[in-house]
Amino acid sequence: MPDYTQYRTGEPVTDTKAPDGPVAERWDTRRFQAKLVNPANRRKHTVIVVGTGLAGGAAGATLAEQGYHVVQFCFQDSPRRAHSVAAQGGINAAKNYRNDGDSIHRLFYDTVKGGDFRARESNVHRLAQISVEIIDQCVAQGVPFAREYGGLLDNRSFGGVQVSRTFYARGQTGQQLLLGAYQALSRQIASGGVELHARTEMLDLIVVDGKARGIVARDLVTGKIDTYFADAVVLATGGYGNVFYLSTNAMNSNATAVWRAHRRGAYFANPCFTQIHPTCIPRTGDHQSKLTLMSESLRNDGRIWVPKAKGDDRPANKIPEDERDYYLERIYPAFGNLVPRDIASRAAKNVCDEGRGVGPGGQGVYLDFAEAIGRMGRKAVEAKYGNLFDMYQRITDEDPYTVPMRIYPAVHYTMGGLWVDYDLSTTVPGLFAIGEANFSDHGANRLGASALMQGLADGYFVLPSTINDYLARHPHTDTVDEAHPAVAEAVAETEDRINLLLSVDGDRTPDSFHREIGELMWEYCGMARTEDGLRKALARIPEIREEFWRRIKVPGTGEQFNQSLEKANRIVDYLELAELMCLDALHRAESCGGHFRAESQTPDGEAERRDEEFSYAAAWEFTATGGAPVLHKEDLVFEYVHPTQRSYA
Amino acid sequence: MKLTLRVWRQRNAEEPGAMATYEVDGISADMSFLEMLDTLNEELTLAGDEPVAFDHDCREGICGACSLVINGDAHGPERTTTCQLHMRSFADGDTIDIEPWRASAFPVIKDLVVDRSSFDRIIQSGGYISAATGTAPDAHATPVPKPDADFAFEHAECIGCGACVAACPNGSAMLFTSAKVNHLNVLPQGAPERETRVLDMVAQMDDEGFGGCTLTGECATACPKGIPLPSIAAMNKEWLRATRKVRR
Repeated sequence: MPDYTQYRTGEPVTDTKAPDGPVAERWDTRRFQAKLVNPANRRKHTVIVVGTGLAGGAAGATLAEQGYHVVQFCFQDSPRRAHSVAAQGGINAAKNYRNDGDSIHRLFYDTVKGGDFRARESNVHRLAQISVEIIDQCVAQGVPFAREYGGLLDNRSFGGVQVSRTFYARGQTGQQLLLGAYQALSRQIASGGVELHARTEMLDLIVVDGKARGIVARDLVTGKIDTYFADAVVLATGGYGNVFYLSTNAMNSNATAVWRAHRRGAYFANPCFTQIHPTCIPRTGDHQSKLTLMSESLRNDGRIWVPKAKGDDRPANKIPEDERDYYLERIYPAFGNLVPRDIASRAAKNVCDEGRGVGPGGQGVYLDFAEAIGRMGRKAVEAKYGNLFDMYQRITDEDPYTVPMRIYPAVHYTMGGLWVDYDLSTTVPGLFAIGEANFSDHGANRLGASALMQGLADGYFVLPSTINDYLARHPHTDTVDEAHPAVAEAVAETEDRINLLLSVDGDRTPDSFHREIGELMWEYCGMARTEDGLRKALARIPEIREEFWRRIKVPGTGEQFNQSLEKANRIVDYLELAELMCLDALHRAESCGGHFRAESQTPDGEAERRDEEFSYAAAWEFTATGGAPVLHKEDLVFEYVHPTQRSYA
Repeated sequence: MKLTLRVWRQRNAEEPGAMATYEVDGISADMSFLEMLDTLNEELTLAGDEPVAFDHDCREGICGACSLVINGDAHGPERTTTCQLHMRSFADGDTIDIEPWRASAFPVIKDLVVDRSSFDRIIQSGGYISAATGTAPDAHATPVPKPDADFAFEHAECIGCGACVAACPNGSAMLFTSAKVNHLNVLPQGAPERETRVLDMVAQMDDEGFGGCTLTGECATACPKGIPLPSIAAMNKEWLRATRKVRR
């Protein structure tokens, strides 16, 4: 087997299915080109949807409304608990309700620029167009967005933009949007349009004659492994941030579905594009199991600072104003505390690396509301951010109304994911990926309040239009035979893996391996990456993998509710995905967005893109575990937003 | 700190369970309650025992998965979710009892994990507004008075954890059901289904085997999201109004 870093460059990806013509008309063009399925025939088609977050919940409900038979899965006990629920700040839409110069074109422009020119223009423009319909849809469902006294919707600002286009429901926007999708899905479950399997986890994809025709899934209560068949499979399984162990992701969010699909032929794009969110609560010790995000909306009114002097360990309120460095306001006067996430995170890391960090271990910066409380009054601050302040106090035992919050960056979102074309189809015909599970819209850095927008755009509007075209062109009249070799192979591989995990009976817990790979990734594939560090990680990962299969200990059996087995099984996939992330980060010898290569920076320390060499999406094809993958490049063409070095100064 | 834990262990729904006693040491006050259980589970795993099963996911108080009765209180001594409870709420040397939600409509799956799918079926019976994708008018077409929007939001905050049921001596789901009824019924968008929603959801709640409400108020005391007790009265009013208006 060739060395993992000796990857080969294969055929470029040339057809994205995005139509030609003016960017504002492409979505209409594509919808008109797409073949349709007659309403009476839709019920004859089964679509599997894996995941019930914003993308999956919205897609399942909408496909069932159209008349398709939907079979849907979530590993949680209820679809309402998918991790979209935890999104706090808001959802963007180009409504221009503030009359502050916003437009679809501006949201498109901001998103392409915010993504550091590594996203596909056609997709981003469609996202901006659909953003306005999403708000309408959610209000119709009863989502209780914040309103003003006149009864109309309120807005706020988020990082990387100069308009107020973010709709919100206090600090629980994700929860409220998810409940809207969950309730729409519940209506379809009640009417029989959706067959829901909760506490059931997808463990493999079934590809028959080159087309995705089903999945292998494990009932997490009984341990039973079953196969489910369909005419198309939709993955809405979220991101892979948990490869870092400590992240703001829910404990059970995982990469297994997308990684198994990748192993079955779906290309994985830009795996190294990880978002490190600047405003998380710093860790307190080795027991830490996850990190908690403080919504970016806090940067609307909070001011970020550190002491000017190194090693200044006085309490915040003893540091006089002229000895504080409001470094974001100083370096980026135009955007101030509202610079995009990648820039805010890196700036925090820089001041901490200089020895000016605050709190335990110097791994933190202040987010101070004293000025806001003085300006708006405590009551107004409480109304805007009350629940976030309460959460902060509960976790840290400090009162943010009197003592500045301490924050530090943490892994939050993954822009990379399964490569999809304009129709959201992966490279396996019949397999679609939506929401965070795909790679398409955020380039190398996602702007705040755009994840909810993309999840719902994909789920409510894009996929339900584009999947028609596939189903109309592939009217599967056959049912998949259980005894087909491809089915038997997928089931056998799943069973073998579970049996192997249970039989090693070593001396290390699943969590200990997860922590180890997570720490390695944070060290070498985190906020700043170097060739040297990435090569170290790439040498170490196969060793951890080998040790894993020698020393893992999973108590209990496979025929029962077994959370240790669930964890261990997910770690197997992290140990392969981590390798691809490091390789992708190594091969992309430029800095862009959240991917910062120390070797590629401007004289003043900003990320330096190298467009001549890297203006492409990197879509990787799997070959074998530990075997060098094949790189397929999709060249990115910018006709409307011309690449410039991003400036927020 | 050092603690004695008495934990409910039950292999599956069929077999009877019992309390088991464990000692844990080296617990820091900054740990969350679930991180304390993680510590126990790491030790159990290395000793070759099965770790204690419990539901958890976001660990930031919003997904509603975590669900432990701690020293007899749903979610423990603080008014929050179990995942947001920290060990600084306990003292060195404490003995802590940890049990699953206790309610006939929430059967135990394993150890501290229960089946709450009855809540999903209550929502499926009417806890939604029928607005198929693509049918919506402009979001500003129907202004919603701020007091109504705030009332809706206050009730929409429910995370469906089930603490209200676990805390109730009758195992009643009135607070959960009323939260959704009130969220949707106060909004103009929810008006067309206002009557059928409350009638169907209450009927489903009864069918699932939840107990009746005697206004004990334990539910609202245990609710980590502060759904207020008058929510139940508001739902009863909706129900009475609906029974008078709808003949079926």
